Parts: sequence; C-alpha cells; structure tokens
Amino acid sequence: MKALIANIEETARRVDRDLKFMEVCGTHTMAAFRSGLRQLLPDNVRLVSGPGCPVCVTDPAYMDAAIELCRRPGVTVATFGDLVRVPGAESSLERERASGANVRIVYSPSDALVIARENPSQHVVFLGVGFETTAPTVAWAIFRAAQDGLRNFSVLCAHKTMPRAMDALVRDQAVRIDGFICPGHVSVITGAQMYRFICQQYRIPCVVSGFEAWDILKSVGMLLRQIAEGRAEVENEYSRSVSEYGNRAAQQLMHEVFEPRDDAWRGIGIIPGSGLGIREKYARFDAAKVLGVTFHEAHVNPLCRCGSVLRGLSTPLDCRLFGRPCSPTHPVGPCMVSSEGVCAAYYKYERMAA
Amino acid sequence: MCLAVPARIVELHDSTATISVDGILRDVDVSLIEEPRLGDYVLIHAGFAIHRWEQSDVDELQAIRAASDLREITT
Repeated sequence: MKALIANIEETARRVDRDLKFMEVCGTHTMAAFRSGLRQLLPDNVRLVSGPGCPVCVTDPAYMDAAIELCRRPGVTVATFGDLVRVPGAESSLERERASGANVRIVYSPSDALVIARENPSQHVVFLGVGFETTAPTVAWAIFRAAQDGLRNFSVLCAHKTMPRAMDALVRDQAVRIDGFICPGHVSVITGAQMYRFICQQYRIPCVVSGFEAWDILKSVGMLLRQIAEGRAEVENEYSRSVSEYGNRAAQQLMHEVFEPRDDAWRGIGIIPGSGLGIREKYARFDAAKVLGVTFHEAHVNPLCRCGSVLRGLSTPLDCRLFGRPCSPTHPVGPCMVSSEGVCAAYYKYERMAA
Repeated sequence: MCLAVPARIVELHDSTATISVDGILRDVDVSLIEEPRLGDYVLIHAGFAIHRWEQSDVDELQAIRAASDLREITT
C-alpha cells in the first residue's frame, strides 16, 4: 500500500497541476470516505462525487407518486429499503407504513413477485429505481410476470442509465473533470466499453474501479498515469468483475423490457435519453399507466445546493443548510437522504473537520 | 444501491441457487449468468447473480483486502 501511494505521489508531482477526478457511484463515494483514503491523496488531486446515487437523483415527484400509491386501498408498494426514508412533499413511505399503509421492503424484485402471487387481492407495485446494475433484475420481474400471466403486479419505473448523464456533465462548461472513476457494478452489466465515447469525444481518461480502498487508490494512480502520458483511454482496474462487453443476457433482458426516454434527475434536470421506460409490449406492467399515476412538480428548497454538489461544483460544506437543519435524520436535500449520498457521507465522516 | 457481494454457490436448483455469504445462506436467481456450477463464486446484486468469478478473482480480492488496511499508513 505504501508503494502504491508513493507511486501516486510521484506521478501527481510529474503532472504538476490541480486535478479533479469524479467518482460516479455512491458505493465508491462511501468506500472512499469510510476507508479514509481521501486524506492520502496528493494535494493537487481532488476526488469529487457525481450523480451516482440512484436514490439521490430520483425526482421528488416520483416519491410523491409512490406515497400517493401506497395510500390507495388494495395497493401494496414493494421497495428496496433505500427508498423508504426519502421525503416527499409532506410524508415518506416509512411514515405511511407506520400509519398502516401497505409498504413492504424487499431484497429483490423477485420477492415482489412472490408477494403478488401470495396476495391476489392486492395490486403490488414495485418501485423501479436504480442504474444499469439494478434495471436487469426489474426487467426480469416484468418479463417473468408476463410469462406467468400475473395480473396484480406492476412497476413504477424511474430507472436511469449512466452514459447520457456523464455526457451531460462533461458538456457542462462549469464542470471541469480531469478523469472519471467509473462505476464498477454498472459496468458489470454494460461492459467497460460503454465509456469509450468519453475518451474519444472529450479526451477524458476513464478507469473502471472496484470497491476496496486499494482498488480506488489504484484507479486514481491509473488516471494520473494516463494524464502524465497524455493518454485518454478506458482502463479496467476491476477486471475480476467487469469485462469489455458486460453481461449480454442482462443487456438483452433490459432491451426486451425497457426503452430509453428523457428523464428528470433531481438537482440536475431533464437529461435526454437518460432514463428507461417500460416498452408498450409490457405496458400492462407499467404502474404509471395501469394505475393512472400523475406526477406533480415538487417543491425544492431554493437554498439546497445538491444540484451543484451532484455536479461536483460544490461540497456539502458550502451549503448553508448542511448540518442544521439538513441532517440524516431530517434531510432537506436528496444527497442527505441516502446513506450513499455525498452530504450523508460528509455528515458522517467530515463534519468534525468543518 | 449498486452494492454487490461475492458469494459461493452451495446448491444448484433450476434457475435458482443457494449461495453462502460468510456462512449465511440465501436463494438467488442465476438465470443472468451462463452455466452456473456448484462451488462457483458469483457476484450477487438484488437477489441475482450478475457475474461469475474465477478462482484467480477470489484470490485477487483476498490479496487486495489484505493490502487495503490503511492503518499501516495512517497510524
């Protein structure tokens, strides 16, 4: 480890300018904070977090729609645990559940199918949130429900994909990124080749990274070396899990069930082609259609700087709401809501330093 | 949310398998990976195996975890 850090320091000295590397995965953000590796980086290398936490970038209108659904008689909302505490305009799924609404936390979309089969009088809505890592598992649930002729199951779909969001970030003139630490488990599905356009069009180096402290530090070192040598390529540090072209079966299933659509990212806005909608062929499993869900524009606190934080332009410490009133128990903005949000990470690991 | 953990297949059924993570058993779907085998290490996300590891990958993780102890640096 000491040799790795010495090597990073030596390469950073050779580059001799300030560099901003962005990790685009909430799990990387947490691993970087938890391990303390941020303190080990050279002075001219800064690690910033991008919009890599799916819970954080979910539009507040979506949470309000989910909350409205769980209040309906005969509806059960099944969700990953990450979403239950996310505040909507006036409530959360956790609060609704405490008041008697049918909200079930599941570990897998397949568990939601089991709930639907066991409760034929209930309509089970699964909250489809997540990036390419998760989307195939939800596609599987929809595909399976169609095969089995299940009539009381649907998905409220808000899946998002990485490439268009990363493209929007690098096109944003205010956001200057010198290298991407690319999301490891998204890449298991998509393959490392997905990021090639960033290197080719924008000359920004990319390294797909694993999740141990060693992996992330090594990825920083690989980005530095590319910059020192004037290269901009996709390199794969996480080859134990990520191949060049990814998991074809998962990609085919996603393509079968979902199609690209424009989508709203909390704190960023609409990014063309960055979301996944359910194809017409599977429309009977689209909760927005079968249950007539309407999305209303949600109130956002104008002082909240999550939009700027999610683009790597500010740190949570720049926000007037950080710490008070915005904290993990009373989150105001999306980055404080999820345990993988950058504000939550700062609150847990760097608040004392502020 | 994109957390995924490596686990060993200890029982194979039709399109599902029982996996062991640090001794805790759980059934997962294995239909997204090709030809799962008993004893394979697979990466699990949201109840699905999404990738198969080779033994060399398992060894690599063990070596990395041993090397990732930052206490030798920070203390």
